[in-house]
Amino acid sequence: MLEIAAFWTFAIILVGAGLAVVIGKNLFHSVLWLALALVATAGIFLTLDAEFIAAVQVLLYAGGVVTVVVFAIVVTERLVGERLSHTSRHLAAGLLVSGGLLVLLVRAIARAQVSLAKPALSGDLTRQIGTSLLTQFALPFELLAVLLLVGLLGASYFARPED
Amino acid sequence: MGIQAYLMLAAVVFCLGLFGTVTRRNTVGILLGIELMLNAVNINLVAFSRFRGVDTGMVFTLFAICITVAEVALGLAIVILLFRTRRSATADHIDWLKG
Repeated sequence: MLEIAAFWTFAIILVGAGLAVVIGKNLFHSVLWLALALVATAGIFLTLDAEFIAAVQVLLYAGGVVTVVVFAIVVTERLVGERLSHTSRHLAAGLLVSGGLLVLLVRAIARAQVSLAKPALSGDLTRQIGTSLLTQFALPFELLAVLLLVGLLGASYFARPED
Repeated sequence: MGIQAYLMLAAVVFCLGLFGTVTRRNTVGILLGIELMLNAVNINLVAFSRFRGVDTGMVFTLFAICITVAEVALGLAIVILLFRTRRSATADHIDWLKG
């Protein structure tokens, strides 16, 4: 009962905030709505018993990504000295593409033969994730460290001061 | 809740993100739409992982979140670079490759 109420609450917040992200007129407000959408997604993860993923979602996504985007907006607005324009175009085409895809996806999901019941948890999920991260997925895990380093170097190279 | 509710929610969020990506003029706005789409995919991954009782999907979600962080940092660095050279963040103005 509590789980169903939590799911619908987070789902409504997520869809509402997502709508505000894509149709809002103010870029800064869009970023803040995105932060709310990401936190609501963390709530959805909690209803799926994935506490660790929810924590990572809040820390990295809602904390890190949103902060970086806000910084970028502030810096670019200082560079030009005016508000960034944040308008939309091709609304009809966008509505057609995304609405069409939504209809196709919903029809496919409604027809799919999937199990409805959640299996019982076999032990601590966070412990399982940690174990498979350092055994089965050890190589991708290390490669991820290299990727983050390369991303850091690339970002600081692109954004270096003009010489 | 059945898995179908999660899949439907993810489909709606994905289509919202797609709409934002297609219609926004500003490059940062397009990036926000892409974030929403990635988020929807993560919901699907975690839902399938939980309902199948296998933790692979959750590990994949962790990787996806980390790679998204790197992608956003690089994307915004490119936006700042474009701003320096073109004084504009509008995607339509980035047409250097046009013949």
